[in-house]
Amino acid sequence: MKSKQPKKPLTIEQKINRRAFISFGTFAVLSGAAYGGWSWLKNSPKEIRTATAGAKAPLRRALNKTELFFRNFFSNNNLVKTYPKEMAAKVVRHNSDIGSGGVPDMANWKLEVKKQSGEVLNITLDEIKALPKTEIVFDFKCVEGWDQISYWGGVKFSDLVTHFKLDDQTQLAYVGMATPDKKYYVGLDMPSAMHPQTILAYEMNAKPLMAKHGHPLRLIIPVKYGIKNLKRIGSITFNNQRPPDYWAEQGYDYYSGL
Amino acid sequence: MKAIKEKHSLAMRWCHWVNFPILTIMIWSGMLIYWASDIYSITLFGHTYFKFFPNWFYDAFNIPKRLAEGMAFHFLFMWFFTINGVVYILYTLFSGEWRQLVPKRNSFKEAWQVILHDLHIRKMAPPQNKYNAAQRIAYTVIIIMGFGSLITGLAIYKPVQFNTFTWLCGGYHAARIEHFVLTIGYVLFFIIHVVQVVLAGWRNFQSAITGFEVVNDQPKKIIKPVSDEK
Repeated sequence: MKSKQPKKPLTIEQKINRRAFISFGTFAVLSGAAYGGWSWLKNSPKEIRTATAGAKAPLRRALNKTELFFRNFFSNNNLVKTYPKEMAAKVVRHNSDIGSGGVPDMANWKLEVKKQSGEVLNITLDEIKALPKTEIVFDFKCVEGWDQISYWGGVKFSDLVTHFKLDDQTQLAYVGMATPDKKYYVGLDMPSAMHPQTILAYEMNAKPLMAKHGHPLRLIIPVKYGIKNLKRIGSITFNNQRPPDYWAEQGYDYYSGL
Repeated sequence: MKAIKEKHSLAMRWCHWVNFPILTIMIWSGMLIYWASDIYSITLFGHTYFKFFPNWFYDAFNIPKRLAEGMAFHFLFMWFFTINGVVYILYTLFSGEWRQLVPKRNSFKEAWQVILHDLHIRKMAPPQNKYNAAQRIAYTVIIIMGFGSLITGLAIYKPVQFNTFTWLCGGYHAARIEHFVLTIGYVLFFIIHVVQVVLAGWRNFQSAITGFEVVNDQPKKIIKPVSDEK
């Protein structure tokens, strides 16, 4: 049939059918696409192991991009809320012993600060305690969802940096910290490490740290989740690349900033 | 005579159906996170009536020990949830469709009559346009809840950088509870919403996809002076 029929206007019945067909067709196609996208994400391979590991590759990319966005809001003027000492918990929650089990070997303990040049400073606890003391009572927040007001005393990381003339090191992007046995380790972006509320604590509730809370020296970094608050610091390094991070290797966000 | 009656704009249908899977993923990933510190329950006078959540529930949905995964999903899909919500609100505002959605002065009184009617207690439902009074309230509240989830979520997510939000929510602890309660609210909304859609029937449901309903226009009645009783 080649004869062209003059176009007749659609009947109301045809209009209804046509629109229903297009709508349901589009709906089905988009539903299929959404399901396909979800399957792709669910079945996507794990990321290649770097400073981070254990997450699906696209989700890790999303975490890293999201970090870049929220870093824009980071400021030393944004301070964690502080509380009066009376509100601090007497029994401080303790979640994990990785890298800080048992009692530290105090005879040999020194804080080892390794500059990027390879130069190593060995700092004693007495030298650290001689620096100005900073105290903080704040709501400690765990990635699991609980929080607890706790009271810490120690030296500001930024004070330590100034005193030991590490200012050039802070031009680098990251700080790495590890326990003496290297079993627990964290990586911190420099702005968070240099935040005025980040301290290397040697006291809890105005008493020397208990072994299980990180004696002799631990990190208290209120702009991060608890997973970054390393106990029993053995060494500090400076780097432009992300230092290894225990929980970021288990699928958690590297930044974990609050 | 059949006729097409336009009902839902394309933008509304789009936002609605995009939101559905996103919110599902947000609730699911939220439960993966909540599991790690599942301290909430309904407790009155020392008696616990319900614990969020029982173990059989966790096991049924394969929730335990997936905190890191839950966070990774949650902090990706939060973007889509937020963007979709913002698009919807902007569209509703600029198109003027908010007029059909926002409760009117008499909506609260009428909504009660709608509920009584839906429960078959009252015979007559109050007259309505696109949405009845109960729908106006429900569909406005759900948007406010969405906004609440965003604010309480940010209050937990960045309590230092966005400490104003955390303060607004009454603190970190309170914000987490509010974030949780809002989620329970979505689930309750979803149940009622689906029941109502089922009861309203296919013709109503399909309009959420096609955008229109087919109505049977009665030819204008000719009023005759004599009664035409059969």
